[in-house]
Amino acid sequence: MSENKKTNIILFSGEYDKAMAAYIIANGAAAYDHDVTIFHTFWGLNALRKDEKLRPQKSFMEKIFGKMMPHGAKNLPLSKMNFAGIGPKMIKSVMKKHNAMPVEDLIDMAKEQDVTLLACTMTMDLLGIKQEELMDGLEYGGVAAYIAEGEDGAVNLFI
Amino acid sequence: MEIAKTLDAKGLACPMPIVKTKKAIDDVESGEILEVQATDAGAKSDLAAWTKSSGHELVDTKEEGGVYTFYVKKG
Repeated sequence: MSENKKTNIILFSGEYDKAMAAYIIANGAAAYDHDVTIFHTFWGLNALRKDEKLRPQKSFMEKIFGKMMPHGAKNLPLSKMNFAGIGPKMIKSVMKKHNAMPVEDLIDMAKEQDVTLLACTMTMDLLGIKQEELMDGLEYGGVAAYIAEGEDGAVNLFI
Repeated sequence: MEIAKTLDAKGLACPMPIVKTKKAIDDVESGEILEVQATDAGAKSDLAAWTKSSGHELVDTKEEGGVYTFYVKKG
């Protein structure tokens, strides 16, 4: 077993600002030499969706869910002041001014730093999200996979 | 003070100064000094906390015209 400390984050939310917080913490913890895992469940899975319209075999309900949910990190809404999509544009322009990294870049950086990105298979089934709709380089698991990491986590967060 | 490597993290926002510092420290040998320049005000406490917990030593810091300079001795 590795001697590094562990940081475990459950990303339940599907909003841009919350995903940003999760990924900033993940990257910071990786810089602390922690073994970092982000467990994406429910709406948090949308941060991992590819920004393309794929047409995997789906039921009627799954198709509706698929259309209603955002495709990927850069299309996530804000948790506050979304203003029908104007809010995210505003925050992104402010972020650019302050040199803050967009969430999609933070995800790439996390992968580069060997952060484990776990996708919850149970909620993928509920929301009708197929593996081919999610980005490459993910691991798939359930509560046990999360607990295995979380039980000796120095930092455990639910976002 | 002999500086083995200088990292320019000016203009970068959290968490980049610490992520870049982590990468840069891997390039210097134990006992050598890494110089880090940053403009993010949070970098001051971030660098101090990070060096402490990752076994390095923050030898000196200075601030000039909004630029923070840190001298980190690798542990």
